[in-house]
Amino acid sequence: MNTDKLIDVLSSNLEPVERGTLTRMIWWALVIATAVAFCVMLGTVGPRSGIVSDEGRGFLALKLVFAVSLVGGGAAWLVRSMQPARELRAPLWVLSLPFVVITIAGAVDLVRETSGPWSRMLFGTQWAMCVACIPLFAVLPFAILIWAARQGAPTNLPRTGAMAGLVAGAIGAVAYAFHCPDDLLPFIALWYGGGIAFCAVVGGLLGPRLLRW
Amino acid sequence: MDSESSEVELRSLMVAALDGDAEAHRQLLTKVGARLRAYFKGRLKRIDRSATEAEDLLQEVLIAIHTRRHTYDRAQLFTPWLYAIARYKLVDHLRRTRASMNDISIESASEVVAHNDSEAIESGLDLEKLLARLPPKMKQAIQYVKLEGLSVRETARRTGMSESSVKVSVHRGLKTVARLIKKERLG
Repeated sequence: MNTDKLIDVLSSNLEPVERGTLTRMIWWALVIATAVAFCVMLGTVGPRSGIVSDEGRGFLALKLVFAVSLVGGGAAWLVRSMQPARELRAPLWVLSLPFVVITIAGAVDLVRETSGPWSRMLFGTQWAMCVACIPLFAVLPFAILIWAARQGAPTNLPRTGAMAGLVAGAIGAVAYAFHCPDDLLPFIALWYGGGIAFCAVVGGLLGPRLLRW
Repeated sequence: MDSESSEVELRSLMVAALDGDAEAHRQLLTKVGARLRAYFKGRLKRIDRSATEAEDLLQEVLIAIHTRRHTYDRAQLFTPWLYAIARYKLVDHLRRTRASMNDISIESASEVVAHNDSEAIESGLDLEKLLARLPPKMKQAIQYVKLEGLSVRETARRTGMSESSVKVSVHRGLKTVARLIKKERLG
């Protein structure tokens, strides 16, 4: 085939491209992924019974702020990493801020021993459930985000994969927060932070395999 | 060649192409093609690869630039975007054919647009044969819209598809063609 002929083929009946196509697509992917993760949570462990106390509501809000900040920050980076040669607006370590903040809060809480012995503050009542559920709830969101990332043109596949994993893990944490009965700062730092970081690492490892174009 | 003036020129063509200007798109791909041909040929020659191989890679990249043009942001520079895609595809190609970027020297983004080679040669690929391997819907959509130049509406009328599904079929079809080219190229 002649290249000039190919160029003619590509140029005939050209469709205009709308602005913001990628951003819109990631928005939809986030909405759908969150809805799916929430449904998986409802279908498996179910919501926590009676989040009625003010303290319970406060901790739910805290878990959500932590996870949603990672969803938002990660998604902004994800969109950019799907665009060739697009610089990140801030250095990558900014994304570790939510982890740092929650870890410091957890450490301070541990030192002050506000809620019983360390073992209880770190492991709560359902740490194993938390370890299993966050990655589990992240699987379908991860698939959806990878599909979305493939509609772009990622050129650093481990990074894009890690971003998709991070966002998926954070979405999994959002869903799990509605079940989680453990209202402890060190617990959140360890198992929420650890679970989401784990998803990011797995995403980074799978990226080159799943995103190649 | 002055890379700054070529940035200005290519970018304005790209912006016009994104707004639907087919002639600008054709010019853009022709100019970009000439530069990338020189780039790929130069890189591949150093490791004793043929000009046909460079042309195959070029065609795959041109399709990629076309089907992924929505990833270019009108507010950004064009040359780095182009270079990132060209380099990604070159590295991917080398990896698949068991060479590495280490065999090839490092270059700067502006080098991609620094040289021209407008001598298009036949690639080892046959578009008709590639199209024959597409699912019927995609094949028909590309045949009418891209090869015969029928409008999307006319194609929709003839095939009984909706207009949006014609557009989607063309887009997916071209992506599939790029995938087939890649497979073919790597044997």
